[in-house]
Amino acid sequence: MPAELETVERVRRIDVDQYRYGFETIIESEKAPKGLSEDIVRFISAKKDEPEWMLEWRLEAYRRWLTMQEPTWARVDYPKIDYQDLYYYSAPKQKKALASLDEVDPEILKTYEKLGIPLREQEILAGVVRPEGETDGEAPRRVAVDAVFDSVSVATTFQAELKKAGVIFMPISHALREHPDLVRKYLGTVVPTSDNFFATLNSAVFSDGSFVYVPPGVRCPMELSTYFRINERNTGQFERTLIIADKGSYVSYLEGCTAPQRDENQLHAAVVELIALDDAEIKYSTVQNWYPGNSEGKGGVYNFVTKRGDCRGKNSKISWTQVETGSAITWKYPSCILRGDNSRGEFYSIAISNGYQQVDSGTKMIHLGKNTTSRIISKGIAAGKSQNTYRGLVSAHRKATGSRNFTACDSLLIGDKCGAHTVPYVEAKNSSALFEHEATTSKISEDVLFYCVQRGLSQEEAVGLVVNGFVRDVLQQLPMEFAVEAQKLISISLEGSVG
Amino acid sequence: MSALLEVRNLQVRVEEREILHGLSLTVNKGEVHAIMGPNGSGKSTLSHVIAGKPGYEVTGGEILFKGEDLLEMDPDERAAKGVFLAFQYPVEIPGVATMTFLRTALNAQRKARGESEYSTPDFLKKVREVAASLNIPQEMLRRGVNVGFSGGEKKRNEVLQMALFEPSLCILDEMDSGLDIDALRIAADGVNALRSSERAMVVITHYQRLLNYIVPDFVHVMSKGRVVKSGGKELALELEESGYAQFEDQAA
Repeated sequence: MPAELETVERVRRIDVDQYRYGFETIIESEKAPKGLSEDIVRFISAKKDEPEWMLEWRLEAYRRWLTMQEPTWARVDYPKIDYQDLYYYSAPKQKKALASLDEVDPEILKTYEKLGIPLREQEILAGVVRPEGETDGEAPRRVAVDAVFDSVSVATTFQAELKKAGVIFMPISHALREHPDLVRKYLGTVVPTSDNFFATLNSAVFSDGSFVYVPPGVRCPMELSTYFRINERNTGQFERTLIIADKGSYVSYLEGCTAPQRDENQLHAAVVELIALDDAEIKYSTVQNWYPGNSEGKGGVYNFVTKRGDCRGKNSKISWTQVETGSAITWKYPSCILRGDNSRGEFYSIAISNGYQQVDSGTKMIHLGKNTTSRIISKGIAAGKSQNTYRGLVSAHRKATGSRNFTACDSLLIGDKCGAHTVPYVEAKNSSALFEHEATTSKISEDVLFYCVQRGLSQEEAVGLVVNGFVRDVLQQLPMEFAVEAQKLISISLEGSVG
Repeated sequence: MSALLEVRNLQVRVEEREILHGLSLTVNKGEVHAIMGPNGSGKSTLSHVIAGKPGYEVTGGEILFKGEDLLEMDPDERAAKGVFLAFQYPVEIPGVATMTFLRTALNAQRKARGESEYSTPDFLKKVREVAASLNIPQEMLRRGVNVGFSGGEKKRNEVLQMALFEPSLCILDEMDSGLDIDALRIAADGVNALRSSERAMVVITHYQRLLNYIVPDFVHVMSKGRVVKSGGKELALELEESGYAQFEDQAA
């Protein structure tokens, strides 16, 4: 059994056992009943103390959603979801509180160690709660830690520095209260409430997420990463992120975590909207490692995500980089609308599937402005009995004179029970558009593996090395420290895929 | 004292067809053995079976290495114990820098032997020394493993690894194939520099030419899956004169 699954299994066992002690009452009171109705939408909005217009926005989305059908075009197969059998609002903290790492299963710690995660972060991931935090009421307990040199003090330092630069970085629920005009101006302008089944559902019931605003001419003084990595865990199943880079600004944002993440909630439907104004640049990196299901393919997270960036201003640039290794089902197409003249969109992706995972992922590059350029580099790796599909659209509209795209989709197969599929759509309505598409599919070669093991690498190390070589172009796009973790994650994800 | 490598009555099949029919070979420390023979005589099969390549079924006989049953070990275990195969056609590994590959492999072997891993500065120092002696530019080490290497560069890269890993048994499979005379000389010089009383080599070749550069202590002639004649280095010259045909009947 791959280490990752094992870890996840263990985390679950620990959680379930510990859950009943002490926290139940709190959690019950924070939980709305199962099912979805206008009342639930109102409940969520009230819980978050939202302005009236936000409630109306949610309700409109909800009513719209009632008329929509779940899409079926993706190459994924899963049992019908009963939307009335889900919780749409629950207290964020569902993990058991441990007093120290000594109480954590050593196997879990081993995995964290393999990933090279700092100790304090290990504690947070494993759900260790320092006693000081427990009385902190609604605030997420795990970060309510005191003076010791830890991530929280670091995070506080970060906040001060961000404030000095004028960057707004906070949960979107806070932003709705503190910067309602900014949120109202941009929310839903890239992914409208009517966009698609899952995005519309998200619009009605989203729990929380991040809000970033970078003022004109400001280069965000740090990667919005470490801090986020620690806070991301409890954002729940319907995450909503909105990032605005005002004229001439730059921000690099990192979401996710390489450590195995488990969640009670099987359905995840996040929405991410990025807006880059004139001469602005947004770099958005994701490492996704949700629970992929057990070795028989049972359980696992369904990840139906809508991510879209709008290069609204001239000379703007949006770059997506993703490393997808988790989830039972992945349905995800981070896209760019290249509206501003000379704007640029990039998509760099590594999608790894093992076991019974199903991935249908890719991107859309919509060229609307003149001389817009885009680049797509996709690396799909399928192992075990998984199915891995790249689905992408590149289109040039009538006014997109001089638009350019380069696409390279490479697939690597490990073993003979998995599948890799490439479904590119290309539409050019402007005769000056120049689109290039390259695609390869290959099997990991026995000769290459033997060469590596003859030099002393184990079979698994050999696969890890070859795969890391295969995805190198994309790994290089990740911020340095994250690339190192991602590289280890890739090897761990493929454990048990050979032999 | 037991032999370094002892192959006894080895029988090997590939997909129902027997390739080696009871081959025996004894190699002691410090010796260089040449194995010659026509195409299809089983030379490469022997090297693959010693290194542990999948796809071969050993139906009889045994291989002892330093007194231990080699056939019981995984290929990476054999490597850590000191078995090195210089490939006839070294593979390309795109995206994996040669330097990274060398360090990963060396440290994997050291770890398997319970030795400490090399620190980065120590490792770099060692690689630079060895690379310089083989006329391998640093730039080559930054490229993907064997990607875009010429035939000569690929073979020098094999010798580089041999020098770095310090195996006790080196098997050189058709090292001369695809090399011009200058490239052959550089590679052979590298191999000769590694000859020592603690190390043995098995040089598999089709032609006498290579043996002008790497002079063996013993020469074995293989035909149809058996060693049909053994002798000193003069046997290779004799073969050059008379060809392999004389052995074909003997083996049948």
